[in-house]
Amino acid sequence: MDLEFSPEDIAFRDEVRKFLEESYPESLRGKASRDEYEREDFLLWQKTLYERGWGAPAWPKEYGGTGWTSIQRFIFQEECARAETIPIPPFGMNMLAPVLLAFGSEEQKQEYLPPIIKGETFWCQGYSEPGSGSDLASLKTTAVRDGDEYVINGQKTWTTLGHFADWIFVLCRTDPSAKKLQEGISFILVNMKTPGVEVKPIITLDGSHEVNETWFTDVRVPVANRVGEENKGWTYAKYLLLHERSGIAGVGRSKRAVERLKEIAATEVSHGEPIIHDPTFARKIAELEVDLTALEYTELRTLAAEAQGKGPGPESSLLKVKGTEIQQRLTELTLEAVGNYAAPYFRGFPKDGDNAYPIGPGYAHMAAPLYANMRKTSIYGGSNEIQRNIIAKAVLGL
Amino acid sequence: MDFNFTSEQDQLRDMVARLMREQYDFDTRRKIASSEPGWRPEMWSQFAELGLLAAPFTEEEGGFGGPIETMIMMEEFGKGLVIEPFLQTAVIAFLQGIIGGEKIFGFAYAEPQGRYNLNDLATTAKKDGDGYVLNGHKAVAHGGPMATHFIVTARTGGDQRDDKGVGVFIVAKDAKGVTTRDYPTVDGQRASEVYFENVSVGADALIGSGDDLALVEKVVDEAIAALCAEAVGCMKVLNEATVDYSKQRKQFGVPIASFQVLQHRMVDMFMAAEQAVSMAYMVTLKLGEDDVERAKAASAAKVQTGKAGKLISQDAVQIHGGMGMTDELNVGHYFKRLTMIGQQFGDVDFHLKRYAKLSAG
Repeated sequence: MDLEFSPEDIAFRDEVRKFLEESYPESLRGKASRDEYEREDFLLWQKTLYERGWGAPAWPKEYGGTGWTSIQRFIFQEECARAETIPIPPFGMNMLAPVLLAFGSEEQKQEYLPPIIKGETFWCQGYSEPGSGSDLASLKTTAVRDGDEYVINGQKTWTTLGHFADWIFVLCRTDPSAKKLQEGISFILVNMKTPGVEVKPIITLDGSHEVNETWFTDVRVPVANRVGEENKGWTYAKYLLLHERSGIAGVGRSKRAVERLKEIAATEVSHGEPIIHDPTFARKIAELEVDLTALEYTELRTLAAEAQGKGPGPESSLLKVKGTEIQQRLTELTLEAVGNYAAPYFRGFPKDGDNAYPIGPGYAHMAAPLYANMRKTSIYGGSNEIQRNIIAKAVLGL
Repeated sequence: MDFNFTSEQDQLRDMVARLMREQYDFDTRRKIASSEPGWRPEMWSQFAELGLLAAPFTEEEGGFGGPIETMIMMEEFGKGLVIEPFLQTAVIAFLQGIIGGEKIFGFAYAEPQGRYNLNDLATTAKKDGDGYVLNGHKAVAHGGPMATHFIVTARTGGDQRDDKGVGVFIVAKDAKGVTTRDYPTVDGQRASEVYFENVSVGADALIGSGDDLALVEKVVDEAIAALCAEAVGCMKVLNEATVDYSKQRKQFGVPIASFQVLQHRMVDMFMAAEQAVSMAYMVTLKLGEDDVERAKAASAAKVQTGKAGKLISQDAVQIHGGMGMTDELNVGHYFKRLTMIGQQFGDVDFHLKRYAKLSAG
């Protein structure tokens, strides 16, 4: 047992830090704290990483992976969070790619993986439907075989960043007569430009546009776009969800957010005293930091186990639950910290592109919208209730 | 001990509820809130015509009600997510000349550095002949964009954070030297930053003696009581919507209402709302007591309401799942209003401290 990083790890950390200082695109600076991105932002950052040879740390080397240890990958994420880089959307990199690598044909790997790592294509996820959220296996979107094509009809929802996407991976029912709901589902790749695909925005309570409805009306795609075997899509879908959860703890970003919170609490005053010196508020920050430390070491233990060949298992549900609780708590405390200036609402303001709108401190502008927006984290990626069910069943055997 | 409403009070509730149902439905309200000017002057006229602006006043004061009537109306306004500044005008300003609807008030008490402390005032009111000259910057004055007048707190003497020397003034919005910057708020209302630059007012602009922190405290406690009632309205809507949704929404072949983990959460939401109702009654009935008892009641109610509002709004969104996150459904709008009420006039920690101090004597 040893809590220290090795000298090699430290050297690696310094290398990453230097790269981020020197090569993080100027046009992306400051965007992460405003939580507002364009499609081109994501692609640019991906391209920048690719050019450095760091486009897809988790992939096998032959497809452009870095060969890093899981601890190095953790360090890399930490450093990106520390430098407040924009996030890497998980849909292509961390969701589709593991499925293709495990179950895709060689042709599919060659066709779809390079544009992901190079920052040329943007993917989105076609899982949830209006009637199928936690109970994903009840999904109703159909793909009917017609010669060399599937004809897809149905509606997906909560398609995150679907309005940026070139491609979507879709779970479709290919055998409606299967005995169990989980059987008879296939995993199909659809180009968003295919006739019959329609994306409609869903505006969320914080006023932002992140998610969409995606409609499929007689959408024809080649059978070659199916990943793996017909009617075995549920196996691939579950495999993907395990990978989705493993990145969800967000320790590095939460650490940075704690620092931000402390900066705000050192600036905001009550009766002339910074509220960071208020014992009640200081205690709340301390409790949060303790929770975050526990999560960090839990994630490190998981990574160490992964390094010994134990793939992500049901424990990743723990990381999801605790990680999202901490992310939500952070936005709660930030909201508290900013006091009266939580009220003004600036989304879409000011229209003329001036980003120094002088009402209240800048750090207050996003406090309430982010607090509202982050409620999604205990709902998406399998709600926290579902995660607890998974732990109850798969870990505790209840 | 009697927690029953009179038949007149029941009628008032029915009338406001009908107004909300018929003219303040969710879609109408959403449209108004997201366009200019962000409120309906004609709604204000209706408030006046229906006598709602007279309801907080007793008969001697020219009205027909009092705090209980205010509580009843605020709860129904909470259900409608009312935008118009009834609280600032009929509860806080509470002056002759508002009953007919001709004057509308914003409450300019907060300052950028002041947080929730009513005595932390950098705005000054210097004696000038018979009148005063006001200078300073007031933050987040709710209702400001709709207001014809402001109730303004400003220092007539003492240092920035002294209890002594807090004056209360009425200032017309069109007075020379008053400027505002108006903006929407997170919960679909409107507020202003209000700037005073050498604003001359007459002696009659001063309410009270010029040393009136106690008056400000009292008025804010009355506003807190009204806000707690408004929060109750929001909570009731959310709880009803959540229980309904859980019965309709099926996953795994059964309504999600059949899951015990969700049942218990909805029971917790119900219990929290009941406790908030009790506190709204309690504080409303104690507004007439001495300063310490009244202040304790207001802080206690604000704490309980803040905690209940957070629990209920968060769980309502959670149980609605993705739908609860949408702008299209009303749930998120009540979530935002309860979140803002949680901080308006002081958050849970602020009022716990105030209560602890008063309670220790």
